[in-house]
Amino acid sequence: MVQNKILKQITLFAENKPGRLTSATKILSENGINIRAFTIADTGEFGIIRFVVNDADAALRHLQKAGFTVSETEVLGLEMSDTPGALFEISRALSENGINVDYAYAYASTAPGKAILILQASDLSKAADLLTERGFPLVQLSP
Amino acid sequence: MEFWNPNIERLPEDELKQLQERKLRRLVENAFEYSSFYKERFGSAGISPNDIRSLEDLPKLPFTHKTDLRDTYPTGMFSVPQRQIVRFHVSSGTTGVPTVVGYTTNDIDVWSTCLARSLTACGLGRGDVVQVAYGYGLFTGGLGLHYGVEKIGATVLPIGAGSTSRQVSLMRDLGTTAMACTPSYLLHIGEVAESMKVDVASQTKLRVGILGAEPWSLESRKRIEQSLGITAYDIYGTSEMSGPLFTECSAQNGIHAWADHFLLEIIDDHGRPVEQGKKGELVVTTLSKEALPLIRYRMGDITSLVWEECECGRTHPKIMRVQGRVDDMIVIRGINVFPSQIESVLLQIPEVGDHFQIVVDRVGPLDVMTVKVEVTESALSDRIGALILLEERIAKQLQEVLMVNAKVELVERGTLPRSSGKSQKVIDLREV
Repeated sequence: MVQNKILKQITLFAENKPGRLTSATKILSENGINIRAFTIADTGEFGIIRFVVNDADAALRHLQKAGFTVSETEVLGLEMSDTPGALFEISRALSENGINVDYAYAYASTAPGKAILILQASDLSKAADLLTERGFPLVQLSP
Repeated sequence: MEFWNPNIERLPEDELKQLQERKLRRLVENAFEYSSFYKERFGSAGISPNDIRSLEDLPKLPFTHKTDLRDTYPTGMFSVPQRQIVRFHVSSGTTGVPTVVGYTTNDIDVWSTCLARSLTACGLGRGDVVQVAYGYGLFTGGLGLHYGVEKIGATVLPIGAGSTSRQVSLMRDLGTTAMACTPSYLLHIGEVAESMKVDVASQTKLRVGILGAEPWSLESRKRIEQSLGITAYDIYGTSEMSGPLFTECSAQNGIHAWADHFLLEIIDDHGRPVEQGKKGELVVTTLSKEALPLIRYRMGDITSLVWEECECGRTHPKIMRVQGRVDDMIVIRGINVFPSQIESVLLQIPEVGDHFQIVVDRVGPLDVMTVKVEVTESALSDRIGALILLEERIAKQLQEVLMVNAKVELVERGTLPRSSGKSQKVIDLREV
């Protein structure tokens, strides 16, 4: 498996009340950590905020110190062309191989015409190998 | 004014006290002879039956506690062999150890007789239809009322708790004149009736509520009485005493406690008797129970006792409204819940911390309990479904121990109060 292509994602537990996102992003901002992508999943009472940042270890450390409930998980970052059918190709490759996408979120890349897809799957290393094989470049978001 | 047994219900106070004294002496002698539990308990307190000659000697006897019943689980405090027991009831205990109570034929008869007097004092009798919507089964509420209603020759409708729209249609179709249930459940029935376009006040024969097993205020009594067009009576009794036993009378000012079968005291924080009418903890000695006699049993309920002739003509002492608990017990839909039970469940779940907070609220007429727990970092998943499953798993385990539904809410670590005091651990938003 392409170990160096696995991305670290920060997961933060937050009760659904005003100010939680503000306090968490304030910590990141004060420590010069850049958020590359993020998404919020919520149940109504609580949510989890998932961040991909330029320095995951530092983010984890600072958030923990500030009393947040945080953890680090591995996800895939995948470069895809910002054109019709791109997500279809990726999801077909995964489903044909029995890999389930648990969640995914995307953002526009700094490279023109490209998008970055952050993806969590039932079998992450199998997904990484498969997608590399199929010619989808895995990205690393380094500082 | 109707009485079930006017001779005993109107017996002058001094004669009642003489009767209590005689029965107390016999109780202590029997306990010493037939109960290994009490023999040992009296022995270590240096008490022999000869020390108890009058009611003034009562404070010499050591107290018994709910923990004694738990420590001697299942039947270590019983005073008769199993072949004389005709029924068990079981309630959930404070740390998952249940409390077992047992009855001889005579115990069931005394229990029913107490209720027969009480129900008569609520104006019920032959011709009435009493819908018993307390839980049947191991809980004493349903079967207790059932036997009491049959004793007075009224018609019992043993519907039990739940299936609310059916409660309404049977109430209407069978001409129910009295409902026996928790006050919050009766309010709920009233709401369901309204949604079914049944006006309880004008389209049913309901005129009496026998309501208890949870704290309720005079305000909610007023609301129930006005919205349903009935008279609502408070009922008191716990499984240790037998089950539901005593109710108010037409005066609706105090619960008549039948003194020929139960000897009641009120004590202060130091275990000393308080003056009549002063507030304190209720302590009960059973004067007639055979299977499981209780001597100076600490009820944990804070109330006061008034012994004077009632305007209804009854002479037995009255338990005034229960004003709270000495311990941290909370009552949810008629079921006793101790925070320690919740703690014991949470200790077995590594994904959450040991701190918790219980929020009790009344949503519509129903009690809803939410247990807030802190999620630990190791349990934090990036998949939100895993956290929802965790909440559901904790809720299921709580339900198994508490016998009542609890909603679980995960909160951030470090956000719940660290004090062990009840005021912080239990937030009761119910307006009772």
